[in-house]
Amino acid sequence: MNALLKSKQEAAASRLDGVQAPTDAGWSTHAREDALARVRSTGLPSRRDEYWKFTRPDRLTAAEGSEAALFLHEEAPVFGDHDRLKIVFVDGVFSAERSDDLTLEGLEISRLADASDISWAAELYGKLETSGQTPVERPLAALNTALATDGVLIRAFETPSKPVSLIYVHEDTHSDAILHHVIKVEAGASLTLLENGPAAARFNKCLEVDIADSAEFHHVRAQGRDHERCAVTHLFARLGEESTFKSFTLTVNGVLTRNEVVIDLTGDNAFAHVAGAALGDGDFVHDDTVFVTHDAVNCESRQVFKKVLRNGATGVFQGKILVKAGAQKTDGYQKSQSLMLDGDSQFLAKPELEIYADDVACSHGSTSGAIDEDALFYLRARGIPKTVAIDFMTLAFLAEAVEEIDNQALADEINGRLEGWLTRRSAS
Amino acid sequence: MLEIKGLKVKLEEEDKQILKGVDLKVEAGKVHAIMGPNGSGKSTLSYVLSGKSGYEVTGGSATLEGDDLLDMEPEERAAAGLFLAFQYPVEIPGVGNMTFLRTAVNSQRKARGEEEMSATDFLKEIRAKAKDLKINAEMLKRPVNVGFSGGEKKRNEVLQMAMLAPKMCVLDETDSGLDVDAMKLVAEGVNALRDEGRGFLVITHYQRLLDHIKPDVVHIMANGRIVKTGGPELAIEVENNGYADILAEVA
Ligand SMILES: Nc1ncnc2c1ncn2[C@@H]1O[C@H](COP(=O)(O)OP(=O)(O)O)[C@@H](O)[C@H]1O
Ligand SMILES: [Mg+2]
Repeated sequence: MNALLKSKQEAAASRLDGVQAPTDAGWSTHAREDALARVRSTGLPSRRDEYWKFTRPDRLTAAEGSEAALFLHEEAPVFGDHDRLKIVFVDGVFSAERSDDLTLEGLEISRLADASDISWAAELYGKLETSGQTPVERPLAALNTALATDGVLIRAFETPSKPVSLIYVHEDTHSDAILHHVIKVEAGASLTLLENGPAAARFNKCLEVDIADSAEFHHVRAQGRDHERCAVTHLFARLGEESTFKSFTLTVNGVLTRNEVVIDLTGDNAFAHVAGAALGDGDFVHDDTVFVTHDAVNCESRQVFKKVLRNGATGVFQGKILVKAGAQKTDGYQKSQSLMLDGDSQFLAKPELEIYADDVACSHGSTSGAIDEDALFYLRARGIPKTVAIDFMTLAFLAEAVEEIDNQALADEINGRLEGWLTRRSAS
Repeated sequence: MLEIKGLKVKLEEEDKQILKGVDLKVEAGKVHAIMGPNGSGKSTLSYVLSGKSGYEVTGGSATLEGDDLLDMEPEERAAAGLFLAFQYPVEIPGVGNMTFLRTAVNSQRKARGEEEMSATDFLKEIRAKAKDLKINAEMLKRPVNVGFSGGEKKRNEVLQMAMLAPKMCVLDETDSGLDVDAMKLVAEGVNALRDEGRGFLVITHYQRLLDHIKPDVVHIMANGRIVKTGGPELAIEVENNGYADILAEVA
């Protein structure tokens, strides 16, 4: 056995040592045991793994999570003005008092921790995560499947009247939370999922979404602003024929965030867009790792990731489009860009295309640049103060990602948060 | 209004002197034109006046109503009343024309301690002015200069000038790239702004713009200096004989 694998397995053993996987997990026990076996055999990610060469996984894999101070502020809660069904987790534990009643027409919602035998979820729990382990291992997702203590199971059999909003409250400076959600959008239904909040000092979240034929899944997430929090999240999505998947993530602050998105286009004429805007100032590492597999005809996928970095912040993008043999008429697009507000920050990008079909259109572009001096001068020459002009251009830079949000009210909400971040920076 | 004395400018990055002692005084209510061959330093003069980086002033001064321009940030110069219509207006993807212009108007007002213009007043005014310049509502909604033709960009410059109502307007080759109709529109826009309290410095390569915007004074710039100053007839002379004669005469 090689030394790297051995050390990764030792890391897994140490992480699992003394951790009790939920024992009476009932229907999910089998999936959890499988996942546990996977983690033990692959071990946990190491700096020496190709897939982690830009981002140190240590904090995410360590036996103990680290402390994260709470970020106290008096801003209006994210998505606060939107009509939504609220499901609240405090440091990774579901809070019935703070949540709405878990009923909404068109949906079947249960809590992972107390769901009795739910056949649809039993079939899905860990399934997309498992298939997402090839061709690249994602041990932290397997760890999640094995150890998740809570989460929600949502089946949308019709289109509900409002979004479901998962709110992750962080109150304990030492919390170490693992949540696993499973969502199934049945044929023809449409579900909007909102997520926001820091969740915990250390957060490992896995979201598996199965989108049936002609179904739609819309996802808007704002990751919490606690500076010292770290998080690894996995979003696994499978798309059926003529289905739609749209996901947008806003990340401001956070010492370490790794967001992995794994999308499988399995039905013809499906459409998957994934976008992100990340704003980092100082001690900030943000990693978007995306893997899109085209395994059907005439599908469109689009990745748009934008990062604004300053004061030594680090942005990482690893994006891959894999077009399998037979996935003709694939339209794959990938764009990752960073705007460096000073010379101290860094952006590391690895865009990849792997194509086994001949009739495809795939493109990718990755750029890293500073504020355009000519544009800045033009704005200033019209009387716009320098800081305001830079904010303008920063918002303009991010606009392409935010525009991926279909719902205008939600897009406005995100833009409001971006402006808030910029205003606070200009003031400091 | 605008007074430039012995202005010497070199490139910051290179040891290249571009302006070699420019003297120029534009009085309120007057239109001055600067003509000159390519590369003589006309755009550089306009950039240095408005505060673009990359240039180093090695001598002389420039004042607007007695205030030292060269000591101000670009936005302060704008608020003080200086406006530059760019030779090459910049495209700014993602920044809407309307938002941009409203922010510009109100930033200047704020800097001068004036009350901000309300959204309704702004809309009313911009619609009227855009109409005069044949700029349609769809163009106003687009990002700044993005997808505009050369002529549309120049008209957009004049629209900005009209909305900002500056004291001193510097127009850098606002006629270049315009067909006859577009040039008339632009000239009408400029003429509408002519006012006793306002000065103009019109930089142009050709005499034809000056048929529409009648200058009071014409300067010829060559090799970083004003080499000759005269009345409107000087522009006609350039039109007929080119620069060679004048340059030979002053050499
Ligand atoms: N940023 C710059 N970098 C290099 N050369 C410059 C720069 N700006 C101006 N110049 C040079 O200075 C001279 C004057 O240019 P410019 O002011 O654009 O002339 P004009 O507008 O009269 O055609 C030219 O030789 C030009 O190449
Ligand atoms: Mg020029």
